[in-house]
Formats: sequence, structure tokens, C-alpha cells
Amino acid sequence: MIVSQPLSQAALAASPPSLHLALVGSPNSGKTTLFNALTGLRAKVANYPGVTVERREGELELAGRRLVVLDLPGTYSLDPISPDEAVVTRVLAGELAPAPDALVVVADACSLERSLLLIAQILGRGLPTALVLTMTDELHARGGRLDLGLLERALGLPVRGVVGHKGLGIGALRELLAAPETWPRPPLPLPRSAPDRAAWADSILATALERAPGRSRITEAVDRVVLHPVAGTLLFAAVMVTFFQLIFRWAAPAMEAIDAAVRFSAAGLRASLPAGLLTDLLADGLVSGVGAVVIFLPQIVLLFSLLYLLEDMGYMARAAFVIDRLMGRIGLEGRAFVSLLSSYACAVPGIMATRSIPSPEQRLVTMLVAPLMTCSARLPVYALLIGAFVPAQQVLGPLGLQGLVLLALYLAGGLAALVAAALLKRTLFRGEELPFYMELPPYRVPTLRLLASQVWGSARAFLRRAGTIILTVSIALWGLLSFPRVEAPAGLAPGEAARYRLEHSLAGQAGHALEPLIAPLGFDWKIGVGLLASLAAREVIVATLAQIYAASDEAGSLREAVRADVDPRTGRKVFEPATVAALLVFFVFALQCTSTLAVLRRETNSWRWPAFAFSYLLALAWVFGLATRHVVGTLVE
Amino acid sequence: MAPVSLSAPQAKPEPARERGQDRPPGATACEAAAPEPSPPGVALASLPPGSRARVLAVLDEASPVGRRLLDLGFTPGSRLRVVRRAPLGDPVEYELRSFRICLRRSEAERIRVETT
Repeated sequence: MIVSQPLSQAALAASPPSLHLALVGSPNSGKTTLFNALTGLRAKVANYPGVTVERREGELELAGRRLVVLDLPGTYSLDPISPDEAVVTRVLAGELAPAPDALVVVADACSLERSLLLIAQILGRGLPTALVLTMTDELHARGGRLDLGLLERALGLPVRGVVGHKGLGIGALRELLAAPETWPRPPLPLPRSAPDRAAWADSILATALERAPGRSRITEAVDRVVLHPVAGTLLFAAVMVTFFQLIFRWAAPAMEAIDAAVRFSAAGLRASLPAGLLTDLLADGLVSGVGAVVIFLPQIVLLFSLLYLLEDMGYMARAAFVIDRLMGRIGLEGRAFVSLLSSYACAVPGIMATRSIPSPEQRLVTMLVAPLMTCSARLPVYALLIGAFVPAQQVLGPLGLQGLVLLALYLAGGLAALVAAALLKRTLFRGEELPFYMELPPYRVPTLRLLASQVWGSARAFLRRAGTIILTVSIALWGLLSFPRVEAPAGLAPGEAARYRLEHSLAGQAGHALEPLIAPLGFDWKIGVGLLASLAAREVIVATLAQIYAASDEAGSLREAVRADVDPRTGRKVFEPATVAALLVFFVFALQCTSTLAVLRRETNSWRWPAFAFSYLLALAWVFGLATRHVVGTLVE
Repeated sequence: MAPVSLSAPQAKPEPARERGQDRPPGATACEAAAPEPSPPGVALASLPPGSRARVLAVLDEASPVGRRLLDLGFTPGSRLRVVRRAPLGDPVEYELRSFRICLRRSEAERIRVETT
């Protein structure tokens, strides 16, 4: 229903019952808290077509009417300078969603002086508009005094004050929202240019703002430390290191618990159901498939909780402020650092965190290099290969060679990401550079409700989209590894029989077919099967190799098995030093994670970018793997 | 209207050509050598932390960067304060219209101010 004039009573009586309201405002204005307070946590989330901006819509019932509330992305101006920003103006014009019947401008009561500039632009749209001032408690705390009545008269709009996270004023606001046809309209003429808007804003403030709020003392004091050249940088380093240490330490127990639960369920299924194809499908395909998704959940929840906590507190903007210059050198900006750092634990939340980056090109580049950061799924693979093949000697005093190699691999991932970002930015993603600006909001104590809703929203998004894709791939892989069913020749030990069946499955045949492509890197068909299986998730190669070598997953016996394996055709070890090095390097680069692909698909709203990421990373993995094999091969001889 | 320059005497056509300008036939050396009026005030980027200033103009107002700077509140007449530089030197935090915003040097170069 497209309505561009205020609703008359007659029109209301004739029109369908649902009313479309749009929430507009700048970032950090408390808009999301207000949206949640009005609609509960039942928002529908989708994407606008053609852009990567998220569309959030909720509903509520007021006075017998159904209100559909659209939470528009936070913006500082209605004059867009990028396609993502244009979403707001397009929605207001009725292009991407039903045109709103009324607008609700949300502004922080302490930042009225700045918000009035945006309000002037919004009024120019000619839609019924109301103003909601949030965080009025903070205004009082900082000694500010604002006469809402005078403000209403000066603006010619209804004005309400709320304290969103405490629910104060929401009731009165609901009453207002139920009847936009009763809202007064601002007197014309409205200012049309930026300088005119500034003058208009100043005159409104002179009328209604009795006393401007003082600066936030806490923010001043904390920033003096946090942004101090020396103390600030040290604090920044400490926060970042702690951040990612915590992810490893705290997520691990939960992940192990989930892993145990998955194995238990699979074993339970086998024990209680008759042996056969369906049981195998359920136990190995479905349960393990679900397990592969759910195991990421502790990390995702933890990472997002920390990310949102730092963001809601206001620290994230400071972190971006500190690191921006370095990021600028590679063509990115401060906010990208946080995404990349998170990817050291898991690329999935890292990629989702790129939403804070306004520039579409920078956002895309950050998403495309995030998989290079050494994520925690690589750890089991590195642990196996380093444990089996790198001698446990001491180098440089207490430092062990094994530890150093692991550190080198970790740093290699980070370095590769930075270099790849710089190259991508210079070649494929030149783009009009958007101006860099970033607000440094006052520090706030984050509200638990908002935090929980943010984390839940992100976790749910991951589960829903990633889940379907991962489940499909897991079942497909199970199929490839299990079919065709061949009978192992009699006389083989059960372990060897399993290995025989694996070699003759479709996956095994694919491994053999793949050999010409991977032979230059020194990989044989067994590694080929492992690589194919690991396309779903990196750490799967460990379990697959265990199956192939008919060894248990215990580090000891699998380690022995891979060390001892000899290629019957050449008489040489399968895992030569050059091959091991090449395999490690392959894992540094290759994108072997359906969760990542799924998230890339969701965040970019297309399959093109996940396909591109997969391809370019595979190419890098192959080329660098080859180079490593030759270099190490020459060194070792 | 470009002021007629007294520093480009008629006897010297060479400087105009060196500057890469094509001299239309019949143009005097004076017209060809008239300089661009310099932008008002100083660049915001040149002010040290602690300075207070008033915006005079935003260069290239019609460009996306210019429009955004104006919409953010860097309008002629607005008062601002330079709060601090980031530890690595860039960006710089400013305070205007009661809020804090940071800009990189390249953006701050476009804002012409006078210190107050």
C-alpha cells in the first residue's frame, strides 16, 4: 500500500488494517533497542535484493491494528554515496519494500544537535513523522535539560522521550504510533541545503534546549587511557590477544562436549537400530552432519558475545581508531581488523562481523580474505602432521621446533590474508573510495537483553543457512565414501577391510582420479580422498585418514601409520618431508569449509563470491603447495 | 572572476606555456597567467590537537566526500575542536556539534577552517 499523504479518517476506514512504519536514525541512536522493545524478539530477517544490507521487520498489534515496523539501517544522511546507503532512500520511496505510511525518527537525546541535521532531511520526504528521543536518562545524568513540549512546537512533530533498555516511555510511544493520522506536520518551508539545515537545527535548539548535556566524564577519563599513544596501544594489543585466547580456551570444553554427544548419539543409533544402509545414513550422514554444524556453535556464540559486548560498550570504535592507519596501508580500514582477528578463531563470525564496514569493496575484500586467517579447524590437521613429522627438538633455548612451526603457520595465515587483501584491493576491487569517518560514541554499559538478542540473531542466522548446506554436503560426502558397496576379499582384518571398501568407493575412485592433479604436490590417492572429505570441514581429513589407515583416531597409532606408509609403486614413503610441507601449505590456503561458503553466500546474497573465494584460494593452495614441495625437496636432498 | 595578475608581465609568454596551458591566439599574457584564488583559511588536517576552529568551507562540495562531510555537520560557521591523534598518527578525533568523530588526513585536508 503506497501512501504519500497523511491518512485521513475516511481513508483509514477504507484501507486494509496493516500500517507500515519505518524506523530511521543514525547508528548508535538506540534504534535497535527501541525496535526490540516494540516488536519483541520475533523480527524477521532477510536481505534486500541486490545489496548486502539486512532487512529487519517486526510486527505489533495496537488498538486492533496490525503495525509492521521496518528497522532501516542506521545512516547519517539521506544523500546516499553507496548502493548500500541507497537502500534507505529507496525504501522510503517505496522501491524495495511497501512504502512506509509513517516514519519514526530515533535519535539519542544527547546528540540532538547533530541528529537535527538528519531530521531535516527526513522531514523533506513529506511523510508523517514522529521523533523519539532515546537515552533520556543519560541526558539528565549529564546535566542536560530539554523541553520536549517546546521541541514539539518548534519542530511541528510529535516528540516522545524513552529509555529503551528500561522500557520507560514505551507505553506512551505505542499510543502515539497507533494513530499516525493524528500527528502534526512541520511548517514549511523546510531547509534544503546542508548549511541551511545547520542553521535551522541551531534555531530549534536555541528554543528547546535549555541546557546542553555536558561531556560524558567517564568517556573522557577512559579515553585518556584507551587512546593514549603508549598505554592505548598496549591495551589494544592486550585486548586483542585476550580476545582470541579466550575463544580457544573457553570454547574448547563446550566443543569437546558436543563432539562427545555426537559420537554418543551415533553409537547409540547403531546399537539400537538394525545394521544397514539407513542406520549408516542416520549415524554417519545425518548425525555427524548435524554435529559438524553444531560443533561450531560454542565458538560462534562466544565470539559474537565478545564482539557485540565490545561494540555495545563503545570499545570497538576505539580499537578501529587505533589500528586504522595500518589497515589503510593495505586498502582496508580499522573496522576490518576486528573481523580478521575474529577469523583467527573461526571465519564464520569474522565474515558476519564485516557488516560494520560501510564500504562495499572493503567489506567484500575482507570477507574474501578472512578464510586465510588460521582458524581453529586447522589446528587438528597441523597437530597431526607436525606431531608426526616435525622432530621434537629444542631450538633457541626453550622453544621447540614443533611449536615454532605451528607459530609460523599461524603467522603465515595472517600474512597471506593481509597480502591478499592488498592485492585484491589494488586489482579487482578498486572502486570509488568512500570517505572514512567513524563516530566515537560515549561508553555505555551494555544491556544484557540487547546483547542476548544480537548474539541469538547471529547464531540463528548461522544455524539456519549454514545448517542446510552443511547437512546436504555431509550426506553427499557420506554417500561418496560409502558407495558403491563392495565386499572386501575374505581374509582381511576388519581394519584392512574398511580400507579396501574405502578405496573402492566413489570417493576412493575420485581420489585415484584426482591423483594426476595432486601428484605434482606429492599427494597420493589417500591424501586425495582426505582432501575431498575435508572440503566439508578441514578437520575431517584427520578422521578420513584414520579410516583409510584403519587406525584409531588416537594420535599415536595414526601417527605411526602415516609415518610408516610406503607407496607400493615407487617404494618411497607416502609422507615425505616435501609432501608433508606441501600438505601443510595447502591447508594454509585452501577454503575447506562449507560453513564459510554458506556464510559468504548469505552475506553477499549470491553464489558468485563463495565460488570466487573457493577458486582463488584453491589456486593459491595448489601453486604454493607445489612451490613448497620443490623448495623443501631440494633442501632436504 | 579571476583577478588580473600583476605578476605576469606582457613581455613573458614563456611561463604560461611552461605551466602547460594552451594560449588561445590573441590572449594576453596577463589572462593566461592569472592564478587560481587560494582556498580560504587553513586545512583542518594541519591543526594540532587542542586547537579550536570554525569551518570556513569544504572543498569540492559536490563530490561524495564533500557532501558527506557537510551532512555530518562540517558546515561553514560550525565550531569544532581537535581532540587527539590516533597513536599511529591517523585518523584524528574531532568534536563538533556535541559529538566525537574521527577523520583520516585525506578527508581533513578538504575542510578549510580558521582557528579561534
